[in-house]
Amino acid sequence: MKYRSVFDIIGPVMVGPSSSHTAGAVRIGQLARQLFGREPERADIHFFGSFAHTYRGHATDVAILAGVLGMGTDDPRIPRAFDIARQRGLAYAFHLQAAVPAHPNTARVDLVSGEHRISVLGVSLGGGLVQVTRVDGFELHLSGDAPALLIFHEDAAGTIASATRMLAQANINISRMEVSRTERGREALMVIETDQAVPEDVTQLILAQRHIHSIVRLDV
Amino acid sequence: MFGSVRELVAAAEEAGVSLGELMLRREAAEGGRSREAVYAGMARQYAVMREAANRGLTGLYSHSGMTGGNARKMEEYRLSGRGLTDGTFLKAITYALSTNEVNAAMGVICASPTAGSGGVLPGVLLAAQEKLGKSDEEAVMALFCAGAFGLVIANNAMISGAAGGCQAEVGSASGMAAAALVQLAGGSASQSAHAMAMALKNMLGLVCDPLAGLVEVPCVKRNAAGAANALAAAEMALSGVESYVPWDEVVLALYQVGLGMPLALRETAQGGLAATPTGREWKKRLWEKGAEDTEGDAAG
Repeated sequence: MKYRSVFDIIGPVMVGPSSSHTAGAVRIGQLARQLFGREPERADIHFFGSFAHTYRGHATDVAILAGVLGMGTDDPRIPRAFDIARQRGLAYAFHLQAAVPAHPNTARVDLVSGEHRISVLGVSLGGGLVQVTRVDGFELHLSGDAPALLIFHEDAAGTIASATRMLAQANINISRMEVSRTERGREALMVIETDQAVPEDVTQLILAQRHIHSIVRLDV
Repeated sequence: MFGSVRELVAAAEEAGVSLGELMLRREAAEGGRSREAVYAGMARQYAVMREAANRGLTGLYSHSGMTGGNARKMEEYRLSGRGLTDGTFLKAITYALSTNEVNAAMGVICASPTAGSGGVLPGVLLAAQEKLGKSDEEAVMALFCAGAFGLVIANNAMISGAAGGCQAEVGSASGMAAAALVQLAGGSASQSAHAMAMALKNMLGLVCDPLAGLVEVPCVKRNAAGAANALAAAEMALSGVESYVPWDEVVLALYQVGLGMPLALRETAQGGLAATPTGREWKKRLWEKGAEDTEGDAAG
């Protein structure tokens, strides 16, 4: 069953006009910001497919920038996102891509702050549901609907076991996980979605394990 | 969740509760949440619906300028007393238009089941609540009833225009609204199911053909049509009229028609009204206007 909750049907509360092109775009921007974990100074947003054709009419550009600024899908300030970005010192640019994406509603959000940068590819699936399909070089399937840890680590034996052991000891149940890597024996990314939010001390314990480089914690 | 309309109605009858109450209990049990928390969540949705419906009456316009101001016209007309039909009907279609004009103008709305079809349910519920003198709580329980039918339609067919045409979007909204109206008016679970089935049947085959792909024309006015159809179906069901085709077979028909609908008529701005000279002109204007990079520089 695709839809499980009555609030999937009577909801979400959102700024119009389109659940896929507006609310979904806000979610993609918001997830990119959360994954970046800091205040961006510059956002380069690339639109593909239907997003590239119809973004103005659905205000997909305004919506995705509102998400990058940290607004939720029901934030009445969404229509003023361009002005708010200028006030907050966030430079932004939109780039229209001709490449045909696997999913019609695709956007890439590149965020920069000093020497930190991140590139997040997201798709809007309809009804406000989204999925992050790539972070920097790594492929993943992140909905953002469940608490998650994105653990960047060396592609070495035992690393996954050491991370999941810490979660087990903290009595945190894993609902879904996936691993991807850029090249064998180099850097890898494990994405762990959990039933409960992972507390900061548990996150620090995992970070202290061998071969683990950095962790992005996604709270819901 | 409920696998079919038959299962849904049987479960309510067995428990001796309304469809809305059944949905509320099921949501609380499956999500591991308290009854109060789930109820409060739906009460918030209804408050957002009421606020949006009222806000649109002041006359809002979309960014494109394609839609807006019609709810205000309708409200003035209703108040003038020149209407052909009774106040409930006029209020329902006015609130439906109003909510969808707010949506097109980037206001806050509650999708039900989608943003583009989000005027139907608030339109009829707000109007019927006033007419019948029902409490907010009874209206909120009717929303749970609508949601139960929406879940069955979404899981057995589809609720987006891109997947199954407008019949799946405004059609589903209309079916959900008809069922909710019956519950609010004191009808039985089976009468709600008949109302849903009749409303869906009357919308079968409706295509999704918005100009330039925007959720504006004809979407805003189709919300009024969905509300009118919901009222017709609810009145029939409350009088004892039944759907000749069984409930779940109607949902299956919606699904089959949706699957067979050409891509051009599923939110791609290639067929129907979108392919008229006016539609093509809007597409050219908006899509070409959009076909350039834009930049915004930070002040600091």
